[in-house]
Amino acid sequence: MTIATRDNQADVGRIDTPDHEHQHVTRRGWKRWLLTTNHKEIGTLYLWFSFTMFLVGGAMAMVIRAELFQPGLQLVEPNFFNQMTTVHGLVMVFGAVMPAFTGLANWMIPMMIGAPDMALPRLNNWSFWILPFAFSMLLGSLFMDGGGPAFGWTFYAPLSTTFSGDSTALFVFSVHIMGISSIMGAINVIVTIVNLRAPGMTYMKMPLFVWTWLITAFLLIAVMPVLAGAVTMVLTDKYFGTSFFDAAGGGDPVMFQHIFWFFGHPEVYIMILPAFGIISAIVPAFSRKRLFGYASMVYATASIALLSFIVWAHHMFTTGMPVAAELFFMYCTMLISVPTGVKVFNWVATLWRGAISFEAPMMFALAFIVLFTIGGLSGLMLAITPVDFQYHDTYFVVAHFHYVLVSGAVFSIMAAAYYWLPKWTGHMYSETLARWHFWCSIISVNILFFPMHFLGLAGMPRRIPDYALQFADINKIVSIGGFAFGLSQLIFLALVIKCIRGGDKAPAKPWDGAEGLEWSVASPAPLHTFDTPPEVK
Amino acid sequence: MPTLALATDADLNLTPGVTAISERVYGLHMTIFYICCAIAAVVFGMMLYSLIRHRKSKGAVPANFHESTRVEVLWTVIPFVILIVMAVPATKTLVAMEDPSASELTIQVTGSQWKWHYRYFDQGVEFYSLLSTPQNQIQNAEAKGENYLLEVDKPLVIPANRKVRFLMTSDDVIHSWWVPAFAVKKDANPGFINEAWTKVDKPGVYRGQCAELCGKDHGFMPVVVEVLPEAEFDIWLAEQQAAAAVAAQDETAALTQTLTLEESMALGEQVYLSRCAACHMPNGNGLEGVFPALKGSPVALGDPKAHIGIVVHGSPGTAMQAFAAQLTNKELAAVVTYERNAWGNNVGDVIQAADVAASKGE
Amino acid sequence: MKHEKYYVPEQSPWPIVGAVGLFLIALGAGNYVGGLRSGDTGIFGYVLLSGIAVILVMVVGWFRSVINESMAGLYSRQMDRSFRQGMSWFIFSEVMFFGAFFGALFYARMVAVPWLAGEGNNAMTNEVLWPGFEAVWPLVTTPAGDTTQGMGWQGLPLYNTLILLTSSITLHFAHVALEHNRRQALTLWLGGTILLGLAFLTLQGEEYLHAYREMNLTLSSGVYGNTFFLLTGFHGLHVTLGTIMLLVMFFRVVKGHFTPERHFGFQASSWYWHFVDVVWLLLFVFVYIL
Ligand code: HEA
Ligand code: HEA
Ligand code: CUA
Ligand SMILES: [Cu+2]
Repeated sequence: MTIATRDNQADVGRIDTPDHEHQHVTRRGWKRWLLTTNHKEIGTLYLWFSFTMFLVGGAMAMVIRAELFQPGLQLVEPNFFNQMTTVHGLVMVFGAVMPAFTGLANWMIPMMIGAPDMALPRLNNWSFWILPFAFSMLLGSLFMDGGGPAFGWTFYAPLSTTFSGDSTALFVFSVHIMGISSIMGAINVIVTIVNLRAPGMTYMKMPLFVWTWLITAFLLIAVMPVLAGAVTMVLTDKYFGTSFFDAAGGGDPVMFQHIFWFFGHPEVYIMILPAFGIISAIVPAFSRKRLFGYASMVYATASIALLSFIVWAHHMFTTGMPVAAELFFMYCTMLISVPTGVKVFNWVATLWRGAISFEAPMMFALAFIVLFTIGGLSGLMLAITPVDFQYHDTYFVVAHFHYVLVSGAVFSIMAAAYYWLPKWTGHMYSETLARWHFWCSIISVNILFFPMHFLGLAGMPRRIPDYALQFADINKIVSIGGFAFGLSQLIFLALVIKCIRGGDKAPAKPWDGAEGLEWSVASPAPLHTFDTPPEVK
Repeated sequence: MPTLALATDADLNLTPGVTAISERVYGLHMTIFYICCAIAAVVFGMMLYSLIRHRKSKGAVPANFHESTRVEVLWTVIPFVILIVMAVPATKTLVAMEDPSASELTIQVTGSQWKWHYRYFDQGVEFYSLLSTPQNQIQNAEAKGENYLLEVDKPLVIPANRKVRFLMTSDDVIHSWWVPAFAVKKDANPGFINEAWTKVDKPGVYRGQCAELCGKDHGFMPVVVEVLPEAEFDIWLAEQQAAAAVAAQDETAALTQTLTLEESMALGEQVYLSRCAACHMPNGNGLEGVFPALKGSPVALGDPKAHIGIVVHGSPGTAMQAFAAQLTNKELAAVVTYERNAWGNNVGDVIQAADVAASKGE
Repeated sequence: MKHEKYYVPEQSPWPIVGAVGLFLIALGAGNYVGGLRSGDTGIFGYVLLSGIAVILVMVVGWFRSVINESMAGLYSRQMDRSFRQGMSWFIFSEVMFFGAFFGALFYARMVAVPWLAGEGNNAMTNEVLWPGFEAVWPLVTTPAGDTTQGMGWQGLPLYNTLILLTSSITLHFAHVALEHNRRQALTLWLGGTILLGLAFLTLQGEEYLHAYREMNLTLSSGVYGNTFFLLTGFHGLHVTLGTIMLLVMFFRVVKGHFTPERHFGFQASSWYWHFVDVVWLLLFVFVYIL
């Protein structure tokens, strides 16, 4: 239904496009979406896929919150609860947040740098279409005998090897093909940025969203193969008699964690750097003032990325590393606060003495700055090794990463959607609905995640389906916040569908303070934007 | 910040605990927390000021500055200095925590799905510690007790005022032994031994939980430690040693005993429910695809020797652990008898302690 | 930067075919491997094979369109650069993949095994859990007591090193010949490289047989055997892939493709080959010699 509307939508775009020499024979209907090589269509596919996965992962979070509503086992068996936790994490990370950013990259990067399309359009289509298959496999495994993966999204060995269910091989191979998809997507982004910039678009003139994605893509290519290596070793340990993670054969279960987190920590920055780029576009637009400290933003992003390779073991402080290693990882982790602080300060300085207005993109961006900073500061607390011994594997950690991931990454994606929806659909979204969405989300998200800090400090471990009585009251509050936050997202769904179907006609540049090439083309953006590159001065 | 007011409320904040280390950790936690609050106050304060004073609807006109090397250097250096201020006490505390030397008592703590095994080094005392909350409370069929999910059949007992060293390891997956009041959380990795220690000032009962996802019943694997005054501890230890000697005699005596089917089934059911039911389920149906059913299974209906072998030695490469060291021969015999005769299996044979001893090669 | 028109291909069926192919491979392999233990793999072996077949069809179809477009002169220099950069980043991702296994090797050798033998703060690990275990590398006796033998670097591995090194040189000569448009020399050098690749694979197969039959060195011989076989195995897989790539290039050369200026396909394959070669050198040093 919605797909059909999008169909017409993009058709309108095509009519606007001036004829070019070789007219594309464009298939219509579903075939068009299967075969497309157009960055905007692929971007759209990514975004819808990601939103679907957000609902699926969210539904699992609702199962978690419902079970945790009261002490005692009510709804699900412990084993199924673990599957929900695991698949919720996997789906949100690999299915919702990463594809959403890739979708935004697809839509916006070619337009922002004045390119005709992504550099490798067919590869682009391939990267996308792997994902629905990979996730149907992962989700399908939940229905097998013994269920899907139940070892946490971090799949620590030997729980994921000797002690896991029969579906582990499916999990491994679905992660493999997800990885292939991410790597190819990232290669495409890098090549597009390096090679397809319009004349005059020098590196230091690129919008920050492009910069942050360039660095993100580098991180992806560097660490996704390591994840592939980790799952491969899990596979051979479980099925082919190797003992990488088994002391009896000279291996070490902790080695798994080193390999996993060498991937895993850069992975969390993969989920936040593009968000920084989005915020750096929106804050100046609605402050009507140039971004403060462009160059330092670029350097800060690069520093965060580089540091992200040498902090991984802050997830492993309790594994019994030598003190020297614990100190090294503690110091390096703390250091990341400095470049991240630079970013936060630059945003605040951009606001300072601007002419600020509060449209929906800006509201979400401002919420991002505050809530991400809260999540960052709790991250800093976690970095302090001796206290992390107390925080580790409690809801304090869960609170930390939901602040940076939900009110960080997801909010930035919402902000981006509001910011660019007029460009995508040619219609203005309903500001009334947007306000409802914003206020419901911001209130409920804090009811949902803030009290989790208390749970963690008071000693509630994570990944448990049932808990001691002293945690009952706060869990109830958290669950109520969770249901409210989930329902609030349905407002967003309604708003997007409404916006695609119609609404006030959007001008080429609906935001007076916005800057960038994407605003120089019509709304909705024509299917092919810059067949001849624009001149950038 | 509601935490400020409630900073001492045990339900909302970290516990200061009952050891010198845990108090230092608590102090460190509060210091860092206050620093973070201060940073947040400054950043959000500036932001809020802008948002109120510099809004377009109030006729604000945008300024056009967009960089200043001076402030940028400043807000790189100041955070750096703050970090150093945090790093110094953190380093000191950490180094103090990681020094298990000069301990007076050593206890090996072994996690295994889903219970803890404690062995007092060189004292000849060891036992398992299992969740004692009744299933009925968990399934909401019965009111929940005060220490719901935080109670065990046999707590770890340690003396106050003595430095106790823990050697953490595991029989199967990774577990993590955590008692918040001691500020001790250490992973129990299979095949390796991690060391930790504590020296508790105040006798009492302290509760914690397994803090590393270890499979289905990770949430049902509490840690309970009873700290006794030194003299009482010594008495307790002597009692345990005496009890261990009696148990060893019982074990020998059991070899010549012959239990009836009823006796064996009664004991077997008890053992089954506490040790086996977590995986194979109380009704013997297992969990399809994860844990095999025993009801009607070839093992339970087949050759008793093979059946005893699996229970005693485990099944390598699977989640089935070896129970040889966990249960007495009599208990092992009874549980095998139970599995062969419950849920309609009705094989009819009664396994005796001597059969188990034979399987062990004793 | 000079700008020609950037070619954006029309809608193409190959990516979706590729996605289906990967899906079949993953689904087939996942269920096949998952069913190995129970011995019930059902139809999934065939699903896996059909996936591989679909991918082969896709590769042929996709490359055919690319080659046709290239031959039709649709590609600008900028396009060529995109391909080159894409290939370089792909190789970088491969480097990181091998990095994971090298990491495992170094960790096992320098951390896990010494710790099991009581080094660092792990005295109790050795004393209580693995009494008598000693750290040696190659790990000929695992903590659990399984024994095996270390693979020396002399003999087959050394020959293989020489073969691969030579093949990198012959390939380089082929490239030079291509750049000077000496087609016959190109064909010969390229053909020679392929033969060397095949020789390498044969010898490696022989080495594996030797290891399994005479040395009791298998994939499951503790962490030494694990790293040995996974590193050399994945390398061998890459050599196989590289050889196939070179074979395709060979047929294209015979058909008269490539010019001294434009020969991305050839170049990509040769980069890949050199990369595989460098990996081998690292393997030779860290797996065999040290
Ligand atoms: C988007 C994702 C994201 C981001 C951005 C971060 C950012 C950070 N994270 Fe987080 N983290 C996760 C996602 C993320 N994390 C996830 C998913 C987990 C759990 C994984 C699992 O186990 O399942 C985790 C877990 C985790 C742990 C392990 C906890 C444990 O298991 O015991 C630690 C420990 O050090 C940590 C630290 C940090 C730090 C220091 C930052 C820093 O980057 C934050 C920097 C930001 C600020 C500090 C705020 C802004 C700065 C200023 C205003 C300047 C002034 C500041 C100072 C002077 C200090 N994180
Ligand atoms: C970007 C990543 C991301 C996102 C967006 C979220 C979103 C949410 N997460 Fe997630 N979470 C993780 C990443 C993420 N999480 C990770 C990595 C883990 C660790 C996993 C592990 O331990 O291995 C985790 C773990 C985790 C836990 C801990 C589980 C445990 O330890 O046992 C909990 C518990 O409350 C939780 C809750 C939620 C909730 C309520 C949301 C909400 O924000 C979701 C809101 C969205 C919706 C609800 C969907 C929209 C609405 C509908 C579909 C309509 C139906 C609505 C109703 C019926 C009300 N998450
Ligand atoms: Cu044991 Cu969790
Ligand atoms: Cu991290």
